[in-house]
Amino acid sequence: MAKSAEAIAAAELKKKNKIGLSAEDKTMYTIVNIIIILLLILIIYPVIFVVSSSFSSGDAVSSGRDLLWPVEPSVVGYDIVFHYRTVWSGFANTLLYTVAGTAWNLFMTTLAAYPLSRRNFQGRGIYMTLFTITMFFTGGIIPHYLLMVNLGLTNTRWALIIPGAINVHNMIIMRTFFRNSIPGELQEAAMLDGCSDIRYLLQIVLPLSKAVMSVLLLYYAVGHWNSYYSALLYIRDETKFPLQLILRTILIASTSTDLTQIESSSAQEAAKSAGEAMRYALIVVSTAPILVVYPWIQKYFEKGVMIGSVKG
Amino acid sequence: MSEDMKKSADVVVTGTATPPPRMSPFVRRFKRDWQLHLLILLPIIWLLIFKYYPMYGAQIAFRNYRARAGIWGSPWVGLKWFRKFFNSPDFLQILGNTIILAAYSLFITFPLPIMFALMLNVLRNEKFKKFTQTVTYIPHFISVVVLVAILWQVFSPVNGLYGALFRLLGGEGYPSDIRSNASAFRHLYVWSAVWQNLGWSSIIYLASLSSVSNDLHEAAQLDGASRWKRVVHVDLPTIIPTLGIMLILRCGHILSIGFEKVFLMQNSLNLTKSEVISTYVYKHGLQGNADFSFGTAVDLFNSVVNCFMLLTVNWISKKASDDEVSLF
Repeated sequence: MAKSAEAIAAAELKKKNKIGLSAEDKTMYTIVNIIIILLLILIIYPVIFVVSSSFSSGDAVSSGRDLLWPVEPSVVGYDIVFHYRTVWSGFANTLLYTVAGTAWNLFMTTLAAYPLSRRNFQGRGIYMTLFTITMFFTGGIIPHYLLMVNLGLTNTRWALIIPGAINVHNMIIMRTFFRNSIPGELQEAAMLDGCSDIRYLLQIVLPLSKAVMSVLLLYYAVGHWNSYYSALLYIRDETKFPLQLILRTILIASTSTDLTQIESSSAQEAAKSAGEAMRYALIVVSTAPILVVYPWIQKYFEKGVMIGSVKG
Repeated sequence: MSEDMKKSADVVVTGTATPPPRMSPFVRRFKRDWQLHLLILLPIIWLLIFKYYPMYGAQIAFRNYRARAGIWGSPWVGLKWFRKFFNSPDFLQILGNTIILAAYSLFITFPLPIMFALMLNVLRNEKFKKFTQTVTYIPHFISVVVLVAILWQVFSPVNGLYGALFRLLGGEGYPSDIRSNASAFRHLYVWSAVWQNLGWSSIIYLASLSSVSNDLHEAAQLDGASRWKRVVHVDLPTIIPTLGIMLILRCGHILSIGFEKVFLMQNSLNLTKSEVISTYVYKHGLQGNADFSFGTAVDLFNSVVNCFMLLTVNWISKKASDDEVSLF
């Protein structure tokens, strides 16, 4: 009874507020709405421009006649992209690096995060300090490069998978989750039943950690998909290049299209005049995989930021 | 229950009931936690090899590194490489470029997401708010290569948006190419970062804003506080601790202007403004006739300054906030 009365009072107050907006507040809401709408336009417009240019004819793009919607709609850009050899080897390589790398990331991150989440774990402070220092101080890229040479990892696919095993920030997110979201009583009960630490991790903790696992899976996977730096440093063979490095060659480092990389002769012919349209199409094709799954995974990413923001 | 579970139960029982007489606490705790040590063993080995060994290897900054002699066999040269860097004609320009770019980035990309979060928090239409969030997060997931590619396409004077708008507004022919204009480099760098991360960086502030209790707002409202006053006196104070932590982190990385985006945006024409420490290290330490020792020295200098900045800012903030806002 009391509750419902309160609710009614609150609802009434809300109503009152809506009706009785002062002139000052009205202006404030209007200004904020206008600014947000302008920002939305600024942020979304380049995306729309790129997508519609990718669907325009080569001629319309090269002469700069496309502004908002596709001009002389055509898929010539996509046709060239689909016949571009290195783009497909890049896609295949990136897929491999993303899948293998992310699996290795999650495995190693869990191995570190779980013991560190246990408050009375002997030596926890020392281990944690070892991890934390690396967030603020590094040996630099050249000693790292020399290490990779000594280990024989340069120009191998391992170079893009093994060294990046743990992102310390992600590890802290996982540790915080283990600590705050899995009830401590569970552990006490399991230990009383003689459950070992490893078994507790496998049978109790992991099944309860789907939320944090999916967040980190996405963080790591997007990281692998988008990275080019390690490949730039360590990979020499073009056959092992990830997609981003191929994109760098085509989109940024060169001004004209390398026709020898295009398979069919009709696409080669098209590329002579529609090189610019091809660039837009390539941007769309390479980013589409992430943007297509984005609406479904957005809440997980947000969750990750929230978990990570809890100081622990 | 399985056999080994029973066994370990026995161990626990006997272990607690009759502790072995002459076992030090250290050994006893190790016996209890050995599985945890086992789990963390592989990550620690990885950490020592891939993070700590390079720190040890950074001593080549003080040696004259020769590939045949290796790290340990190369002769010590003291601060020779540091002196070479400080005395080189590029030094002031590169340090200046790095600091200006970092400071400009900080002054723009730090406050804007906070303002954006405060504005989103004012919105009363939940659906519109959600939509705005969804849209503004999108650019965050675009890779840095694609970001720079989009930037270059959009700003192409011939077939980009920039050229098209120029002609639409009555310009004749093509505008000048600002992609290779050194003085435009910093603006392009910073504002494209705003475009990419405005929405994403606001999440953390939105999260702390959502923790403001409604009672507080209602009480302020009953006292006649306008929405603007509530932003200043209710919303803003709530996010101050978060803001402090984020600011410390950003200041700590003031000199570590990311290599990736700057490197992609560089061309021979904008190098006077776009050469920063990380790209300089890459070019002099790893490319061409690579000078490993010199590159490492420059990188080490950068790393030490960063570390120092972080500790200083953290210390100041700790003092200023009575231990409320600090990393350690």
